[in-house]
Amino acid sequence: MSEIIRLTAAALGEKLAAGEVSSVEATRAHLDRIAAVDGAVHAFLHVDAEGALAAAADVDRRRAAGESFGPLAGVPVAVKDVLVTEGMPSTAGSRILEGWIPPYDATPVRLVREAGMIPLGKTNMDEFAMGSSTEHSAYGPTHNPWDLERIPGGSGGGSAAAVAAFEAPLALGSDTGGSIRQPAHVTGTVGVKPTYGAVSRYGSIALASSLDQIGPVTRTVLDAALLQDVIAGHDPHDSTSIPEAWPSMAEAVRRADVSGVRIGVVKQLDSDGVQAGVRAKFHESLELLQRNGAEIVEIDAPNFEYAIAAYYLILPAEASSNLAKFDSVRFGLRVTPEGGGTVEQVMAATREAGFGPEVKRRIILGTYALSAGYYDAYYGSAQKVRTLVQRDFDAAFAKVDVLATPTAPTTAFKLGEKLDDPLAMYLNDVATIPANLAGVPGISLPAGLAPEDGLPVGIQFLAPARQDARLYNVGGALERLLEAEWGAPLLSRAPDLSSHEMAAAEEGAL
Amino acid sequence: MARAALMDFDRALELFEPVIGLEVHVELNTTTKMFSSAPNPANSAFHIAEPNTLVTPVCLGLPGSLPVVNGEAVRSSISLGLALGCSIAPSSRFARKNYFYPDLAKNYQISQYDEPIAFDGEVEVELENGRVFQVPIERAHMEEDAGKLTHVGGSTGRIQGAEYSLVDYNRAGVPLVEIVTRPIFGAEADAPALARAYVSTIRDIALSLGISEARMERGNLRCDANVSLRPRGQEKLGTRTETKNVNSFRSIERAVRYEIQRQAAILADGGTITQETRHWHEDTGATSAGRPKSDADDYRYFPEPDLLPVVPSAELIEELRAALPEAPAARRRRLKSEWGFSDDEFQIVANSGMLNELAETVAAGATPAAARKWWTGEIARLANAADRDAAGMVSPAHVAELAALVESGTLTDRLARQVLEGVVAGEGSPQQIVDARGLAVVSDDGALIAAIDDALASQPDVLAKIRDGKVQAAGAVIGAVMKAMQGKADAARVRELVLERATAE
Amino acid sequence: MSEITAEQVAHLANLARIALTEDEIAHLTTELGQIMQAVEKVGEVATPDVAPTSHPIPMQNVFRADVVGDDDVLTAEQAVAGAPEADGSRFVVSAILGEEQ
Repeated sequence: MSEIIRLTAAALGEKLAAGEVSSVEATRAHLDRIAAVDGAVHAFLHVDAEGALAAAADVDRRRAAGESFGPLAGVPVAVKDVLVTEGMPSTAGSRILEGWIPPYDATPVRLVREAGMIPLGKTNMDEFAMGSSTEHSAYGPTHNPWDLERIPGGSGGGSAAAVAAFEAPLALGSDTGGSIRQPAHVTGTVGVKPTYGAVSRYGSIALASSLDQIGPVTRTVLDAALLQDVIAGHDPHDSTSIPEAWPSMAEAVRRADVSGVRIGVVKQLDSDGVQAGVRAKFHESLELLQRNGAEIVEIDAPNFEYAIAAYYLILPAEASSNLAKFDSVRFGLRVTPEGGGTVEQVMAATREAGFGPEVKRRIILGTYALSAGYYDAYYGSAQKVRTLVQRDFDAAFAKVDVLATPTAPTTAFKLGEKLDDPLAMYLNDVATIPANLAGVPGISLPAGLAPEDGLPVGIQFLAPARQDARLYNVGGALERLLEAEWGAPLLSRAPDLSSHEMAAAEEGAL
Repeated sequence: MARAALMDFDRALELFEPVIGLEVHVELNTTTKMFSSAPNPANSAFHIAEPNTLVTPVCLGLPGSLPVVNGEAVRSSISLGLALGCSIAPSSRFARKNYFYPDLAKNYQISQYDEPIAFDGEVEVELENGRVFQVPIERAHMEEDAGKLTHVGGSTGRIQGAEYSLVDYNRAGVPLVEIVTRPIFGAEADAPALARAYVSTIRDIALSLGISEARMERGNLRCDANVSLRPRGQEKLGTRTETKNVNSFRSIERAVRYEIQRQAAILADGGTITQETRHWHEDTGATSAGRPKSDADDYRYFPEPDLLPVVPSAELIEELRAALPEAPAARRRRLKSEWGFSDDEFQIVANSGMLNELAETVAAGATPAAARKWWTGEIARLANAADRDAAGMVSPAHVAELAALVESGTLTDRLARQVLEGVVAGEGSPQQIVDARGLAVVSDDGALIAAIDDALASQPDVLAKIRDGKVQAAGAVIGAVMKAMQGKADAARVRELVLERATAE
Repeated sequence: MSEITAEQVAHLANLARIALTEDEIAHLTTELGQIMQAVEKVGEVATPDVAPTSHPIPMQNVFRADVVGDDDVLTAEQAVAGAPEADGSRFVVSAILGEEQ
């Protein structure tokens, strides 16, 4: 395996700046890695080798001409397929958008390009980000690099797996109910959902507008901070974008120190419902933090137990409306019923054929929740629960600086295991959803491997809205402490996938 | 389509009380659209454009695109709300109205639902017969327009029978203010005229605020008319119909009148009125049944999550209130005095709905008398003959130019009428038409004298009579000369010259 | 309240413009009932005194200047480039059954 791909984004950026490696070399190394392992992992839906190499050559040329760049210039990045990319297909994992090439770039994509970063391609996801396993992708599931029989999490399993499999140093993700953090948890990587409004949603194919947030998917906390520093900031194209300037998250990581930091443990999320090994790693991390000066406080958040119910009303309701635009008129798939049909019939046939079962389930659910006579009982009540969850956060953050929870209740489950039980699948998001309802930021970083199955476990921290830097402080500190104990990053214990290259090639199936 | 049975209008009013409600959509003329930075075709600068050239990803509802509110459209909406006597909501918000239709790019319309920007107003409306009504306004809310469909195939160009349709999203996202009245009672036989006068008043208000081009023929101003009848002595309101596609002032009046007569005939016959949308057909002067209102109309409104509340400050509201132009009723009183028109003269102008055209014509340099003469005379006649609204047939600037050409003696009234026809036909400005058609009065005495001498020479008996002092005989020569000049001569001048030449020898 | 019938699901599918098969309707009727039963839990705490939250981060009066965004305006070619069917500058759809609303 090439040494370049093992580098963190920060380290690669430094080597690029020092002229020790060119962006073309770095890009080619990652493209080679994708060619070698993505047959088995299936993290990517589209790889733009030509575009990436051209962009890399351009950055190399400009750097040689004396242009100065930020710390991630020349570093390749993978882009979740939920973000539209000019000149690159953007499907959101759906058949209904197969082959669609948008005429514009999402703001976060524009920002990474402007920072000199090199988009490698588009990563797999559950269709329209509806799912926790990427099994709902219309283009087949992504496989967890730790165990190819297992899910990489979702909806952003592609971005997490790409980073975990060293196919990209970092990636962009989107998080509506945990789609950045839960994949990070099951793949031994870092994922951050910034404060709602910190990163522009312009060009992010909307799932639930009031919950969606774009964020970094990386192998280290510092890399996440560097990427957030690139993509965060006010965007006049997004009305919900926060206008104030942000402090440097990278700076927060470099100065990370948990002494005196008060960490609240949400008792409702530290329960028997959590897998033993997940819970064990969670508590080991807390003890480590405590030994290094943090104060651990138990926090009661009584309304969190209603969060999933509220989420599965708000999300489908907003999604049912957001996904109405997929109607076969302006873009994407068109299916004409046999013998022709009216435009109404064409639309209905297209949506029947173009949407997968989970998307249809949620559209119907959302249509129901918004329909006349039910609005108050469902959508209206869910919005009230949102207020209550925010109040729980407000009360908690009056006592502590950050909250800590296990990121998800279990380690990676087997592909297919929960596919026929939507309610069981929805429970994966129990710990991640409250942050989306309240708009607060959250991070998941590796806490170790569960002893019972040897699979990665993450720990989640949550901070008050606009206090993303606190996450980077605590996350950066814990990562340093854990790696000092482990002697190496957690991912160094992941299987080397090069053998799968052969297997995949022989089977020819993946 | 079969024309429905109609009851005599007077008889209908004996049996029933008409109750009307009006929904007027005003397209704002901001530079850009309501939620996107695309040029706004309701602004005359962008009125003419190729299909799908005034669009951004937002107008097309492309995946990932997001709306951002046009601040100027909000100001215009507040101004309009204030001019309608409304209260401005301390906080209002947008909502999504969900339904599928190919002209609606996102398959939801961003509108306002339970928190409109303006509510509870009242507008003074004066009818042609001098009656004055206070029309109660329920609300005025901001929303976006839809795109335009062109139906192809079939015989009529209508939706029925079309083989396919073409969609142009230039209009998608044009800022609209929808003004909704409360039910209007008590207009009785004046209900159709009140409907027309109300829309005309809304137009005057929009124009005086400068927030809309307010041209009905361009769809800048659109009216849906709700009509219901209740039997005399009954408390409960009747079932209403909503007539759409009423695109001229005349049609509004005719459509309301038609619905009163149609519903009366059905009710008197023991039938029931179906709550439905009806379509007005300008050509047949009738409405036809459209979509029935039903349980299927479930728009699933919910607060637009991509947009934030609009919370206008008291300072902003007062600033906009202070900048309001005078109300149309006050303006009419002022113009009447400035122009020095008699009551009758002014009433004719006001009733013609051409007050603004007159004012603009006067502003462009014409005398009030000349402006009145043209608009209520020849232009009104042409409009009537063509079954069109006079406003929009010709621009006030062109009328002023025409009046100036008459004033300067370049055109006679007769020639000016020919020039006007050319202007209406779109041949250019009056001066351009004068030049192109060579219509100017022949003011060269030499040419006239030559023609007169010819005429006198060929009619020696007339010459003799003139010389005998029978001046009225000159008419025959004048007629011959005018004919020879193809009408392009000033008859008074010809007469002077004829007498001069006849007595000179 | 969570009693959902197949007719209701068919009606919802019509509102959502999805030509669901009979099988899908039957399946979704069962699933929807189960899911609604689970999410109805919100009613336990959503009392009248609690104000609803639409936006997680409260902001207001976010407006755009009334200026044409030259970078955002598309050409007709770009506009129709991704369309299943277009006549060069307009989108083509098959005959429309219903009327505009």
